[in-house]
Amino acid sequence: MPIQFLYPEYEVVRNPDLCIVCRVCERQCANEVHRYDADLNKMFSDSSKCVNCHRCVSLCPTRALKIVKSDHTFKENANWSRQSIEEIYRQADSGGVLLSSMGNPKDYPIYWDKILINASQVTNPSIDPLREPMETRVFLGAKPGSIRRDKDGKIITDLPPRIALSTPIMFSAMSYGSISYNAHASLARAARELGICYNTGEGGLHEDFYEYGPNTIVQVASGRFGVHKDYLETGAAVEIKMGQGAKPGIGGHLPGAKVFGDVSKTRMIPTGTDAISPAPHHDIYSIEDLRQLVFSLKEATEYKKPVIVKIAAVHNIAAIASGIARSGADIIAIDGFRGGTGAAPTRIRDNVGIPIELALAAVDQRLRDEGIRGNVSIVVGGSIHSSSDIVKAIALGADAVYIGTAALLALGCHLCRSCQGGRCNWGIATQVPELVKRLNPDVGYRRLVNLVNAWTHEIKEMMGGMGINSIEALKGNRLMLRGIGLSETELKILGIRHAGE
Amino acid sequence: MKRVYVNEEWCLGCHLCEYYCAFANSGVSDMVKALKNVRINPRIRIEEEKGISFAVSCRHCEEPLCVKSCITGALTRENGVITFNHDKCVGCYTCILSCPYGAIMPSEDGVVQKCELCLNNAGGSPACVQHCPNQAIIFEER
Repeated sequence: MPIQFLYPEYEVVRNPDLCIVCRVCERQCANEVHRYDADLNKMFSDSSKCVNCHRCVSLCPTRALKIVKSDHTFKENANWSRQSIEEIYRQADSGGVLLSSMGNPKDYPIYWDKILINASQVTNPSIDPLREPMETRVFLGAKPGSIRRDKDGKIITDLPPRIALSTPIMFSAMSYGSISYNAHASLARAARELGICYNTGEGGLHEDFYEYGPNTIVQVASGRFGVHKDYLETGAAVEIKMGQGAKPGIGGHLPGAKVFGDVSKTRMIPTGTDAISPAPHHDIYSIEDLRQLVFSLKEATEYKKPVIVKIAAVHNIAAIASGIARSGADIIAIDGFRGGTGAAPTRIRDNVGIPIELALAAVDQRLRDEGIRGNVSIVVGGSIHSSSDIVKAIALGADAVYIGTAALLALGCHLCRSCQGGRCNWGIATQVPELVKRLNPDVGYRRLVNLVNAWTHEIKEMMGGMGINSIEALKGNRLMLRGIGLSETELKILGIRHAGE
Repeated sequence: MKRVYVNEEWCLGCHLCEYYCAFANSGVSDMVKALKNVRINPRIRIEEEKGISFAVSCRHCEEPLCVKSCITGALTRENGVITFNHDKCVGCYTCILSCPYGAIMPSEDGVVQKCELCLNNAGGSPACVQHCPNQAIIFEER
């Protein structure tokens, strides 16, 4: 047996006074951490297998379990952290690229938390959203720059295609394959009940979910998995995925082990084959090429559906967005470096891309400066934690936000960041039937609806406090924001003043 | 009448219903005190084979064979609920033999026990339904 270099990062602690040996922990752990010993009538746990997903903790009827961070330590070293050392052991062991899931967990600044929101006092009245109407509806798509009239002087009302959302929130792209059928069912049902949209990701659309078409954004990514005529025609909008915040510049890889049954059918690829999405779209090497795909998709959908281009937030984002706004796209979706993923190389996830707050501010300003802001709507994602993040995003210039991680958390995800293993104990990031059934969409969709409704109430409260009664009036209203503890450069990029100014 | 229904599609086979059933019928207010070092004898039981599981408890049949077979009148149908009178039961087990679901079982005190929808215990409403983590057990009118 080789030397075991790694000590478990977390330890399962069982209170023997409270444990009634019901064995629910053992039955619910797909990682086989817990074990029952019949001779001793006692439960044992192997912490080395634990991913800290809290499934056992959440289901233990007597709260006999908890997971604690191990206090086992290397010799203290401010330069070589435990993580750096262990990653080297891991790679020396496997010879492979380190894989991770969910968003960048590193200690980079969260600009949302360094921005403060304004409120009315004396000189303009605040609005009580419980007593007065408050409009959270938004329309995504190109806005006409001028009013056109026919020869009788009547206004021509044929607007470009748009998506109507009851609240400026959408569920971001998560493919069927990376997440389970029941997770998709929960998202689709919640989107319909809420009057918003969810997004298929690059996994095609399961035939059972065509009925949710008016609340579905269908994605076309570099692998073109699951794309066909009915698919394009069913969605409310078509999204071209150029990049993803968690892994800008690289493609995707759904292991063949997850490609079977309905997943392989929906992706239109043989059972057991790895679904590899190339890093670039092989037909797109310029804005002109992108324009061709945008118009191919518009042609295919008879110019009835808006086309979204999704990109990761990278260094030159403003110029790239300017190009996209001129490519004929109706909506630009920008995914910040904290955006989630079902699997990404750790080094890419943790080191590539830029914060969404800075990207959004830069893009909005650039498009305004160039007089093309009305050509497109802007949707941002990549760690929207709360309704206040949404208010700040809209005031920075976004038309709506994508929430992915927050939606998964509502479904039960505990951010154990082990999606790549495919044994999600919460029935989300797995295709194992016994695990998938743990997410009952009747429960899941209700939790998503609750979350979005709660956030919408809070958005109304914050807008009311500012004396603003519609999302449209808040959009790009950066005077409603102030920075705290930010440098001159950061304030300049965000286009906001420091608190007190 | 509201009954307990089970949807095997969502049953995880976690057996929590059995433990909450045993707790609700224990008459003890603390779960640990009630179930620590106890081999439970719940009125709801998980039936499982690989890949499928579901909970079985009294169906409260409209034509209950157990009531018909009871020789002392200990089992009666009251407002649709098959109720059990401990004092009348002589422990002949005819009901156990006649129940097609296996939903009546011997109890520790020598007679029998069955699900009474938690109407007469601390639960108030079916504890198995209340604590099923995936809503695989539901209590509704059909």
